[in-house]
Parts: sequence; structure tokens; C-alpha cells
Amino acid sequence: MKIKITTKELKSDFAKEVEERSGIDVKKCYQCGKCTAGCPVAYEMDYMPNQIIRFVQIGARREALTSRTIWLCASCITCTTRCPKEVKIAELMDVLREMSLEEGLANPLEKNITTFHEAFLNSVKKHGRISELWMLNEYKMKRPKTALQDLIVGPQMLSKGKLSFLPHDIKGKDAVKRIFEKCK
Amino acid sequence: MGNKKIGVFVCHCGTNISATVDVEKVAEETKKNNPGVSYTTTYKYMCSDPGQKLLRDKIKEEGLDGVVVAACSPKMHEHTFRNAAIKTGLNPYHVEISNIREQCSWVHPEIPVGTEKSTDLVRMMTEKVRKDKSLNAIKVPVTKRALVIGGGIAGIQAALDIADGGHEVIMVEREASIGGHMAQLSETFPTLDCSQCIMTPKMVEAAQNDNITMHTWSEIESVDGYIGNFTVKIRKKARSVDLDLCTGCSSCWQVCPCSKIKSEFDMGLGNRTAIYIPFPQAIPSKPVIDRENCILFKDARKKNIKPNDSKVCRKCIDACPIAPVKAIDYNQEDEIIEVKVGAIIVATGYKELEDGLYGEYGGGKYEDVITGLQFERLASASGPTEGVIKRPSDGKEPEIVVFIQCVGSRDPAKGCSYCSKTCCMYTAKHTMLYKHKVHHGHAFVFYIDIRCAGKGYEEFSQRAIEEEGATYLRGRVSRVYKKGEKLVVLGADTLTGSVVEIEADMVVLASAMKAQDDAMEIAQKLSIQYDKDKFLSEIHPKLKPVESSSAGIFLAGTCQGPKDIPETVAQAGAAASKVLALLSSDELEREPVVARVDRQLPPVFSTCIGCFYCQKVCPYSAIESEDIKARDGSVIKTVARVNEGLCQGCGLCAATCRSKSIELDGFNDEQIYAEINAVEFN
Repeated sequence: MKIKITTKELKSDFAKEVEERSGIDVKKCYQCGKCTAGCPVAYEMDYMPNQIIRFVQIGARREALTSRTIWLCASCITCTTRCPKEVKIAELMDVLREMSLEEGLANPLEKNITTFHEAFLNSVKKHGRISELWMLNEYKMKRPKTALQDLIVGPQMLSKGKLSFLPHDIKGKDAVKRIFEKCK
Repeated sequence: MGNKKIGVFVCHCGTNISATVDVEKVAEETKKNNPGVSYTTTYKYMCSDPGQKLLRDKIKEEGLDGVVVAACSPKMHEHTFRNAAIKTGLNPYHVEISNIREQCSWVHPEIPVGTEKSTDLVRMMTEKVRKDKSLNAIKVPVTKRALVIGGGIAGIQAALDIADGGHEVIMVEREASIGGHMAQLSETFPTLDCSQCIMTPKMVEAAQNDNITMHTWSEIESVDGYIGNFTVKIRKKARSVDLDLCTGCSSCWQVCPCSKIKSEFDMGLGNRTAIYIPFPQAIPSKPVIDRENCILFKDARKKNIKPNDSKVCRKCIDACPIAPVKAIDYNQEDEIIEVKVGAIIVATGYKELEDGLYGEYGGGKYEDVITGLQFERLASASGPTEGVIKRPSDGKEPEIVVFIQCVGSRDPAKGCSYCSKTCCMYTAKHTMLYKHKVHHGHAFVFYIDIRCAGKGYEEFSQRAIEEEGATYLRGRVSRVYKKGEKLVVLGADTLTGSVVEIEADMVVLASAMKAQDDAMEIAQKLSIQYDKDKFLSEIHPKLKPVESSSAGIFLAGTCQGPKDIPETVAQAGAAASKVLALLSSDELEREPVVARVDRQLPPVFSTCIGCFYCQKVCPYSAIESEDIKARDGSVIKTVARVNEGLCQGCGLCAATCRSKSIELDGFNDEQIYAEINAVEFN
């Protein structure tokens, strides 16, 4: 895919916006590529992690927010830990995911991942913690194609007590709910 | 000397030699098969203190009068072993090195081959030693005065250092003022201190130093002689102004009507008059008349009359308040002066790449595409805009400036394969200067690599990006073209694999540092070497970085290769210390390995036939002609003679001589044939 950067992108405030939301100064990145070199999921990404930072640096908003990379990032924080310039790359990915959703730019190829995120958060919102079975239920309802995926491990997990049929609420469930309200 | 007692010392050099040469066998064979070799031994490290002691002891004990050390290249330790011999009273030129390391053990992987070849090499050298004659060091007197060519920061620093060492310095600068390129700069990296503020005190110091004689508006005409004894002719170009009378009052250039001449100092961005000083802090602060552009001189040329007879314009001379004799002299002519010096420092500097070379960037075509030095003048408080960043075309403040690095550098297709070294740093500085003056402006830099190796340099370039907000894009620009008022820059960002198109208001080219146009000419005048890029060559890139290929001539600054101010100053200091060392002694000792043209008794006088082929091939201009005269003064014969001071012992003349009249001391025919025959007959 050919990317064209013009004066418009270069003059835009994308980097500043990202910095305001995340506190991360992407100008610090000097593109050494160490984040990419250590990324365990880089092989699946459409753009390398350092390229995502580069997109932010040069104002390529569309490229950054529509990339699959930001959704494939597993937030393992290897990049952040190893960055010589102390750029919090994994945290940056978080902010880019938020912006991507807000602007409706999330890559359709990664719909599974966005739906999974939603189901995860819904479960936490409802119970104050994850209820694996109910979360999976919601996810698989919304993404029917995944209905049979990983089904084989279900009985094993059940037998080992890793899944319970009833959700267990935490004590401070209401407090968690309030966090969600505030974050809206 | 056919029956010399020769000692052979074979070095193991740790395992460097002994791994592929059976050193014991070499010693044994040498002793057995070479009558006259009275002593052989081997030692682990001959160059070590105990190794040298062994050499000295055996010379005395065995009464040796010839020595062969079979070891590394003579370039490494010939000096060491010859010095050891001197201590025993043996003439050092009876000590020879047989190179069995670089030329044998390192290139042959097997012991039998290495051993056989080493034995051969040692035998060759023993045969040479048999023919060695005692030679004595040549002594040459030293003129305790130095010449510095070039009055930029390198020349000024070198001159000051030599003058502070108590020796006279003659400084020659071809422009009307000293100062060079550094005086043109606005601020300097990585500290951003004003260039003129740190440069002008040095200029004043040089001008006021009693040991320094300055010749501005002057050029080197010719250089003769040799280390310690150079004779230099300096052409003092006609300035049309008497430096002794002129007070630099400015009356003349204020009235000059030719005010539209592009100022060289301002890189063509500003104007000057025909009678002018290049910049306000010029030293000497006395004007020069630009005879090419002055209407009086133009008129005189047209009418073919003496300039003083032209009546077209005499405003400057009329305005000159000096009485009774005016300080301006239209009829002044070039003057040639001759000086004698013992050492020379070449500090002739560089020139910026001409901007017409990059047609694709619109250099020389679009007014708003400027070079790095032009940007320096734009940003300089003493520049044509008094430090306000304005587009040259319409005087508007540029809101988007694109800086293009490596313009001319690292571009073999444009004949410039090297890195100019300073551009990464000065471009980072330019972005800062720009952002300091145009706060809302955008600075974009296209680069291939950012090379900022130096103390505080990396931090400086990162500061340009992180704090000053310059955007760096990794890729060379392909093209710059005009679209309305804007300049469209087509480049790439290879980090994202994208094409980049910027509509800029101004484009600054980080132009390469090139050798001066006449660098070859000065090199030829001085008989020193230059490289493929016409930068003057140092004799050894690591261990002799300021010495030129001619003894007594040293290099400082950018004439030797691109470098920044700190490096230039350091090199100038190094060159000055070499000069001071040279001038500290009354006489110099030279290695007596020089060529000699034979002299015989009358009526032959010399077998030299006077063809002077030797003169043509000598790279050091060491061959002179000598008239052999009869008692009545009539010339009997003109023959060649070698100037011992200049000769470097390369042997070209000896090889070229058609009548076999030239011998190289230490490497004469007899010695060389002895070596060769030692191989042939075994």
C-alpha cells in the first residue's frame, strides 16, 4: 500500500494530541527499532511498532489509527521496558486504540479483537471481575464464526475448576461500576 | 669491506614469525652456508629491551661490523635496532632488517615454505650488509620563522600558537580580511555561541601580536627550498589603498556609487560597494578596490589608459580625508616580496559546493533555495537581513522551511563520495536558529543518516528534534519545483515507506564542503600530495595526521578534509607544535639516504650527460642543475645535482638515469645487485 505524506499531515497536531492524552512524547523516539526487534507478535502486524510511532511523529493519523498493529499488540510491555529513550510504546498503543474506536477507524479485519475487548470490559463492569464463561458467551454470540473455536479446552477447564457456571461478583462491585461511569 | 664479521639475529616475534618459520633452522642454515656470518642467534622478541641488549652485547663481544635483524618490516623497528647499534659505536647504516614477518610468515601458511623463504631473505640481506658503507646524518640549518598560508580559524590559531612560542610568523591571506568561513557563521554548534564573538578576539589577537606579520589580499607565488630553508615569493595584489596611510574611516565606501555588487561575504544575499571592507569587523579594517567592478577601472580598461588618468568617477579619492597624500592609489601595482622561512603550515580551507550542481533541487534557479552558508548569513546579526529570517525572493517570513542534508556529500554520481561531516550538526543548528526566530514555523529535515559523533553532538541533534520540534524525515529528496509562491519538495520517509510531499516556503541545502578550486595549484607549488577529492594529503592518516608529504610542510584545517571548528583548532595547534619542535633546533639531522650524482676527476667531471630526465621524475623538486666551470669562468658542462635537503631518497632519479650517474646512498647498485645475486645463484 502506497502512503503519501504531505504538508497537511506534517503540520497536523496528531503528535501533540497523542501526547496530551497519553503523556508520551513521541518526538523522543529516534527509530532504532528495538521495540520491533523484541515484539513477540510483530510477525503478524501490518506495520512494525516503530513504524506506528513514526506515523504519529509525522502526523499520519489515518495510517496509525487504521492499522491492525494497534489491535494485535498484546500489551506485554516488552517494548516499553527495553526502550532506550523511555518511550512507553505499549501505553501509546492503548491510546491509539481508544482514538481509533472513537473515530470509527478501527480496522475491520480485527473485529474479533475489538469485540473481545468489549466483552471483557462488560464482564468487569457487571461483576467487578471476569466471569470467563459469561464473557466468552457474549463474545461468541457477537462473533458467531468463532462459536466452535477453542471449544475443546472447555471441558478440561471445567474439570479443573477453571470455569464456573455462575458469575462471582466482587465485594466492591459498585465502586468498579462508578469507575466505568467516570471514564465515560 | 668484503670480509665483514656479520651477525644475524632472528626474531620469533612471539608466534607471529615462529608459527610458520622454523627460526632455529634459519639461523643454523645462515651460519652454515654464508661465509662471513660469524654469529647467529634467535630471540623471542628482538625489539624488547633484553632483545636490544643482546644485540648490543653481541656486537661488542663478537666484534661484529655488520648486522642483519630478521624480524618485522623495517618501517617498524629499523630505527630501534640502528639506535642500538649507535650505542656500541657501530655506524647504524651497517644494520639491515630482513623482513620475514609481513613478507614471509604472515603470507605463507606452511613451515617448510616459510623457512626456506626466510633463509633466502636473510641471505639476501647478509649480502647487502657486506656492501654497506658508513653514512652520516646530513645536517641542515633552520630559518627560525614560519609561514602560514590562509587566515581562517586554522591559520589564525596556528599563527598564534607559533607566535606565542616565540617565533616569527608570516601569514598570507588572499581575501581582503582574515577570518575565513568562521567569520561568516551566525552561531556555532553545539553551544550556540555567536561565531563572530569568539572569532573576532582571535583575529584582533593575531593582528596585534608583534611576532605575526600579516599579508592580506596576497597570494603565494612560488615556494622553493626545503625543510628549514624555504624561500617563498608572495604576491601582494594591488589593493589600491595604502595600508599605512588609510585609517579605515569609511568615507570612501560611503560615497562609492557602485553599490549593487553582490557581497561575497554575504554569499550573494547582500550588496557591497566597489571600494569595500568585506564585513564590519574585518582585519585589517581598511578597504580594497574591486577592480573588476569599479567604474573607474572599467573605463580605464576600455580606453586603455592608466586608471589614475580616468575621470569617470573619483568619488572615493575625493572623499578620502588623508592629506597631503591620499590613502587611495589607483595606479598601485602588484608587488612581489620574498621571505625565508623554516616551516610552512597550509591552512587554505574549503569552499562550499556550488549550488548549480543540483538542478533537481533548483539550486541556482530558485531564489528561495539557498545553501547552508547563505542561511548562516541570513541568521547572522551582521548579515544582510540583520538576523531576521526572510525569503530572499520576496522578503516574507518563511513558515515552512525544508532542510536537505547530504547535498553533494555521499553522492558519488556527483563526484563527491565522502561525508562532509559537519552538515548533520549545522543543519540541526539551523533548525534551532530558525525556530528561535520564527516560533510558529515548521522545520523539516531530510537526512540519510544523522552522524553526530562528538562531545555533546548527539544530544544537540536530539534537542533539535525533541525540544525545538524539528521533524526529521529519513530519505534523500528527489526533486524541488516551484508551484506558485511555494516550493514543492518531493522526498521520502523510508522508515514508514511513504512518499513525502511538502509545500515549503524556503529550502536550505546542506551543501558539501569541497576542496578549494585552486587546491591542486597550491599543492603543486608546495610539492605536496592531494587526494582524489583534491584535499591535501597527510603522510599517515593515523600517526602523522598533520604532516604533508614534504618535510617541513604541515596541514591544518579543512584544506586536508572536511572538519568542524573544534577539530580544526586542534589540528592547527598540532601543526603549530610540530613547527615549534622544528624551529627549536638550530640544525636539523636528516637521514643520509639521499641520491647522489657522481663526480669525477677532470676531464670527465661527471658521467652525467645533463639530460635532466631525473629532474622531470623527481616528485620533490630536489634535482638542481650545476654548471661546471673552467678557471676562466666558461661553462664546461651542465650536470645534475641533488639537493640533500629536499631529497627524500625515493630512488626515482637513480632508476631513470640513462648514464647510470645517480646512486642512492644506502641502496646503491652494488648493494641491490648483491641482494639479487644472492637469490639467483642458489
